[in-house]
Amino acid sequence: MLWACLRLTRLALDALHSGDERHPHAVVDGTGPRRRVVFANDAATKIGVSNGQPLASAQLLCPRLAITSRDEAAERQALETFATWIYRYSADVSLAAPDTLFAEIGASLNLFDGWPALERRMRGELDHLGFNYSFAAAPTAAAARVFAACNAGIAIPAAALQPVLDAAPLVASGLAPETVSALHSMGLRLLGDLFRLPRPELARRIGQTALDHLDRLRGLAPESLQRWHPSARYERRIEFSYGIESQVALAFPLQRMIREFALFLAMRDGGTQRFELRLEHERTACTRVEVGLLAPQRDAASLFDLARARIERIALAAPVHALALHADDLPTLNPLHRDLFETNRREQLDWPALVERLRARLGDASLHGLACVADHRPGRAWRFAPLDAKPSAQAACAARPFWLLQRPMPLQGAPQQVIVGPERIESGWWDERDQRRDYYVVEMHGGQRAWAFLQSGSPANATTGWTLHGWFA
Amino acid sequence: MFTSSPFESPASPTEASIYSPFVVHAPSSMTSVAANAGARRSDAALTEVLRHPAIWRRGALRTNAADALPTGFEALDAALPGGGWPCGALSEILIDEDGIGECSLLLPALAALTAARRRVALVAPPYIPYAPALAAAGVDLAQLVHIDASAVDTHWTAEQCLRAGCCGAVLNWLPRTDYRQLRRLQLAAETGGAIGFVFRPFAAARETSPAALRLKVVADAHGPRIEILKCRGRFESAQTLRLSA
Repeated sequence: MLWACLRLTRLALDALHSGDERHPHAVVDGTGPRRRVVFANDAATKIGVSNGQPLASAQLLCPRLAITSRDEAAERQALETFATWIYRYSADVSLAAPDTLFAEIGASLNLFDGWPALERRMRGELDHLGFNYSFAAAPTAAAARVFAACNAGIAIPAAALQPVLDAAPLVASGLAPETVSALHSMGLRLLGDLFRLPRPELARRIGQTALDHLDRLRGLAPESLQRWHPSARYERRIEFSYGIESQVALAFPLQRMIREFALFLAMRDGGTQRFELRLEHERTACTRVEVGLLAPQRDAASLFDLARARIERIALAAPVHALALHADDLPTLNPLHRDLFETNRREQLDWPALVERLRARLGDASLHGLACVADHRPGRAWRFAPLDAKPSAQAACAARPFWLLQRPMPLQGAPQQVIVGPERIESGWWDERDQRRDYYVVEMHGGQRAWAFLQSGSPANATTGWTLHGWFA
Repeated sequence: MFTSSPFESPASPTEASIYSPFVVHAPSSMTSVAANAGARRSDAALTEVLRHPAIWRRGALRTNAADALPTGFEALDAALPGGGWPCGALSEILIDEDGIGECSLLLPALAALTAARRRVALVAPPYIPYAPALAAAGVDLAQLVHIDASAVDTHWTAEQCLRAGCCGAVLNWLPRTDYRQLRRLQLAAETGGAIGFVFRPFAAARETSPAALRLKVVADAHGPRIEILKCRGRFESAQTLRLSA
């Protein structure tokens, strides 16, 4: 086991994205007279403002102190972001509120070419995220936290853990502050001093809980950490500073959004089957655009194509002021297995992709299969079926036309010649759609072959009363 | 598929001169000894060149069964150079009125395609394709897709289906179309390797078309008559034949 511990050292400040270091700045918490400084930046610390100080004293020390109230939601969000990020290196991620997270990376070392390469890579990416952090790794999570608190930035193998722990200061040990100050007053400064003391006497002075913590530091007692799971839903929102009126202009933020979404999906190793885009307007209710797929997908380009096609189909009622993406259904993805010796041409789409593309533009109800129905009445002997449905059994029947008219209509002109018929179709007395017809295949003047009927009982040489129901095309 | 010129990519510099059209057409410009040897070699090279699939010589009927799907009608198969509907190309069927057997012309081919588990897309058909009739003709309905598309989207849909490569055949009814749009469909069919059937009115016979095959189906007293207006890979002028189904 090798636990990496990431501590966001200035989370309260960094989460607010206030980057100005030259002016004293503090994040405060609490209400009324009990407002306290949670975190002060370097400029403020230099003047004497310290964390935990009442706001009144801080302002007395530094009248120019800029204060911001603490945003715990933003801190949680930031910690979640880091958890999502570190999840790509390890499946065992655990959050320790408010500012620390652990990841078991011992199992990932081979994949990422060992610790030095992994560390370089992680630090490179961390630097881009724009937060101050300290980062350390040790065989136990508690020890890793101690080294991260020391700002040590080291990785300790199991064999070397004890001597390094011995040299760690008590302040960073993770023991309760009152325990630490009690130990300080006893003249103990380092963890090593503590480990050398006889156990029963130490237990009497600092209690069993603190002793258990010391055991967990050295790996003598098991640690229990709650495993973090990436969110099962996805929500993002982009707000525009002005209203967007055309779908074309909407494509750019949409593309960015879908790209982030695809990244999130890739990180979860999942796909999406259904997501919703909300186009928010200033006054009217937001326009919702559902994008549904036949099979889970996470390819950014095709998701974007589908989403754009859907958006292009709608009429924008009002300028769009914000765009939001919501996905609740994130199933696991079964990637397509492709043939090593691919015989298909490069541009070929597979069938589900084509169906999705067509449905995105033409509407969900535009693609059907066809199926036979066991009914004698011609208009009911077929139906639209869902795509890829299993075909029903089919009874052999007499001559049937290729084209059926949506509804029968009077035949223009008299038939030239009767070719087949009559075929009497008399059915439907049970469902109020009674039909009694004599069907004929007739040839028309221009050589067309029509499927026409007379009400049953009429003579075949009738010149009127013919109704057209299909063409033998 | 070969689309490059047969004179490209020579194996060596000497062969390059043999392959070049200049040497093939003008052997007299050589000196006597070299001319004999060169003539013999250019004869061999010429037959080599002429064997290239992109070269078609008038009078020679190219039969390449792999590129065509038998229509199921012997007379028609015999009249078509590949022995059937050309794959990866458009086939136009011009009709005067509905109901003269124009769709039945495709049924055997559609039955064969669907039996081989290839999809067949019907893009915006003018009436309801009657499932019992299709099933009776042996078409596997599970492979059939009926696509509703408004007039605006018909060409786009047809192009997508043809290009995708997962449809064996795409049937289109395009009463109003033009050369440019048909050309797009033809290219899409080439890309996807699909057979594109386009039904158009008689009036379109006067227009030029990029389709590989153009048939006119005429109804008369003895049943449908087929006139081949244009057929890629064949030089005879319009030919008329009658099907014995």
